[in-house]
Amino acid sequence: MRYLPLNDADRAAMMNIVGVKAIDDLFADVPADALNAKFDLPDHKSEMEVERALGAMAAKNRAAGSGPFFVGCGAYKHHIPATVDHVIQRSEFLTAYTPYQPEIAQGTLQYLFEFQTQVAALTGMEVANASMYDGSTACGEAALMARRVARRDKVIFSGGLHPHYAAVTRTQLDLVGAKMLEAPIDVDGTEDLAAAIDDDTACVIVQTPDVFGNVRDLTALADAAHENGALLVAVVTEAISLGALNSPGEMGADIVVGEGQSIGNGLNFGGPYVGLFATRQKYVRQMPGRLCGETTDAEGKRGFVLTLSTREQHIRRDKATSNICTNSGLCALAFTAHMTLLGEAGLRRLAMLNHEAACRAADALGAVPDVEVINKSYFNEFTLRLPKNAEDVVEQLSKEGVLAGVPGGRLWPHDPATHNLLIVAATECVSDADIEAFAAKLREAV
Amino acid sequence: MTMNNQGRPTRAGDVMTTQTETFTGNKALQIEEALIFETGDFDGTGVDLPEPEGKADRLGGLKRESRIGLPGLSEPETMRHYVRLSQKNYAIDMGPFPLGSCTMKHNPRLNEKLARLPGFADLHPLAPQSAVQGALELIDELAFWLKELTGMPAVAMSPKAGAHGELCGMMAIKAALEARGEIATRIRVLAPESAHGTNPATAVQCGFKVENIPADKTGRVDLAALKEKLGDDVAAIMVTNPNTCGLFERDIRAIADAVHEAGGYFYCDGANFNAIAAKVRPGDLGVDAMHINLHKTFSTPHGGGGPGSGPTVLSEALAPFAPAPFVVRDNGTYHLIESRRAAKAEGEAAASIGRLTAFHGQMGMFVRALAYMLSHGKDGVRQAAEDAVLNANYVLARLKAEMTPAFDGYCMHEALFDDRFLKDTGVETVDFAKAMIDEGYHPMTMYFPLVVHGAMLIEPTESESKGELDQFCDALLSLAKRARAGEADHFRAAPVHAPRRRLDETAAARKPVLRWTPPAAQ
Repeated sequence: MRYLPLNDADRAAMMNIVGVKAIDDLFADVPADALNAKFDLPDHKSEMEVERALGAMAAKNRAAGSGPFFVGCGAYKHHIPATVDHVIQRSEFLTAYTPYQPEIAQGTLQYLFEFQTQVAALTGMEVANASMYDGSTACGEAALMARRVARRDKVIFSGGLHPHYAAVTRTQLDLVGAKMLEAPIDVDGTEDLAAAIDDDTACVIVQTPDVFGNVRDLTALADAAHENGALLVAVVTEAISLGALNSPGEMGADIVVGEGQSIGNGLNFGGPYVGLFATRQKYVRQMPGRLCGETTDAEGKRGFVLTLSTREQHIRRDKATSNICTNSGLCALAFTAHMTLLGEAGLRRLAMLNHEAACRAADALGAVPDVEVINKSYFNEFTLRLPKNAEDVVEQLSKEGVLAGVPGGRLWPHDPATHNLLIVAATECVSDADIEAFAAKLREAV
Repeated sequence: MTMNNQGRPTRAGDVMTTQTETFTGNKALQIEEALIFETGDFDGTGVDLPEPEGKADRLGGLKRESRIGLPGLSEPETMRHYVRLSQKNYAIDMGPFPLGSCTMKHNPRLNEKLARLPGFADLHPLAPQSAVQGALELIDELAFWLKELTGMPAVAMSPKAGAHGELCGMMAIKAALEARGEIATRIRVLAPESAHGTNPATAVQCGFKVENIPADKTGRVDLAALKEKLGDDVAAIMVTNPNTCGLFERDIRAIADAVHEAGGYFYCDGANFNAIAAKVRPGDLGVDAMHINLHKTFSTPHGGGGPGSGPTVLSEALAPFAPAPFVVRDNGTYHLIESRRAAKAEGEAAASIGRLTAFHGQMGMFVRALAYMLSHGKDGVRQAAEDAVLNANYVLARLKAEMTPAFDGYCMHEALFDDRFLKDTGVETVDFAKAMIDEGYHPMTMYFPLVVHGAMLIEPTESESKGELDQFCDALLSLAKRARAGEADHFRAAPVHAPRRRLDETAAARKPVLRWTPPAAQ
């Protein structure tokens, strides 16, 4: 077996020193009838055979880059510079552990410190953590944190929140028996949640751009929350939008969570991704997850360490702020390396290229008879109302090589009012030819 | 002009050996590296993108006017920045990384290559199911391996890491108790003191109260004491097996029987499954739920702290509560079931615990784990478990000449020592660990598990050769001798050869600096 360095002579010599005759002598504590069970599994394979087996599975999937592609809703197709993938495949990053021994993990720690700084700047917040599993779990953790900070029970969900984010957060809040108020689905971004905030409200969770693509001004809602002693949790599922839009921090958010996949990370069929989590300095001790901080070494040189771990499970055990242990270190590296290449100048440009692609797509698709663009505002994603079930249209266009977007029925299977909606994303990867192909096929399909 | 016939000095003895500070602060291959915020151009960029037309603005009046404050580095600067940083890290590709309980084994590059196939890496989670059949097939195939290896009937694939898997398992237990109408009364969860910190944290997150299960003097669960603590208010026990002392719980079946008899469930922390994979099926031992760290047992890279992946196997009793989404196969077609409506609303007893993450789990890790499994096969997985256990026992056998094992007898995949051998030397576990850094090794896990004083938990894994282990053991034996020879200063100063000396963690926590700020604002 190519991954195992010991040979039989080594094993015999080592067993001799250990003082056993057979390897199973070391498994003597296992109930005898449970040891060496039978398994209905194949034996080992060569590298070529494995490549063939998994290659065959990969070939049955339609990659985003294989044709016109407009699917978004929390995961976005963007170009990733080749440098990023090289960086994350460096052995010293890829095959390192969580930096528990900081003297020999300054590489990881410094990029986490840079990552935290970038995320804080992007979101307009004061501090950010070293990442969460993904945007949806970050959203759930934000709701829990808001309840700790406000010492209140109720969490209000905007009707523009991605339904999977709402579901994940609901799962987390159900565990602690929190009160929840879920606003009705808000297709055009006109809901008014201010009236729902009462003196039992810990936070309001609102997404911008929302799941339908509407850009939302959070300022008034943040003010309303603050007047009532509640927090505003802002959710951003498309990190590139932060290059074009006022940051949630500028609009008064207290906690900003987001999905960082768009920067540096591929689609990967949903994971691994990288959750962003940022907040105000005053709440830092209530934050979940790992934090990297600056310090000095015994010679006075600057260095970095994991810090404030008295919040964390390995120290606080049953009193931890969260049970999170592993985060998304390598995905955070991909994010920060891509962000370092982009810089503010590149990010702003990239964001506007996305916006312009979406504007062109909306104009072309909105011109198809009986198709209506719902949004008044959007960044790189908008919603169409079709004259028929959008899931059928997506399936038909898929057969013709166009991956058209996310149909409402996929996200809200139990809500027929959404089933003619089609949520369409257009990024810098979309060409004019792609848009033309989509519009032409859509015209035929409806 | 005359030739210089002196020549280049070639003998090492000709070189001055006194340490000198350099002008740059660099030490040959160790280059000091500033933060990108200190060297980067705040108007610069390392990507070439076309100029936007600049006309479109449907941003709802919220177009960003303010500065973000992010430097951009050119491509060569970027590459150099990260390569220099990388050289300040220790990694399994450089040498032994014997972190007990963390399982740092070789990460095959084939797995990286396959995870990057466009059919997996460039695949959208919400693409139509007809366009992702191969991905669903892969998830189903990996699920089959996990169920077969554990002897369990069901597996939830979506948990994003081990702790997330624990949450999944404990939530399933909570849901099952709810369905039985006993959630109000079964409020206690029992876990050994030696448990990972995630266990109590998870139980509390699920609303349970955590109590300790005492250990016996062999380092295992004290069965009699456990039985005394069991009662009709116990929801579950959380036991790691093999446990965090590196020992197999030899009363495992009696433990499972006792908790089942008391009406509770058995959550097994599967962090150490690598010791028994393809040898023992946890399902045969009475386990109700167990997460599997794909980043430990099945070698998906740890990546400096994630991403992990924590699929959770469930017993027949807990399977109905599995989270959405999940894959089902029907006549050769794979379906992703994304929404299981709370079954209670439909009048059934069972209800899914809901959704744990936005999408379907860590697909990138699934590809790597399945590539690992197919490469090893059942014979290779078993050999890996046996080699891991043999390597740990070899280290135990060799080191006990100078160091003090915490418990008598053989171990499983990791060898646990306490600090008795350092008694009266003035050297503590942390000093010993830091001295290992100067010897070129990543230290073992230290001060965990909590039940052993000054614990040193060494997990060599199957990836180390005998030669590498011999060198490692020689180094540790020599350190143990030096500690006892009164060279405490050597240990207290360590590390001296690492990119940094010991870092002040107290100062970092007292006045947290969690981001760079511009000098003017400081």
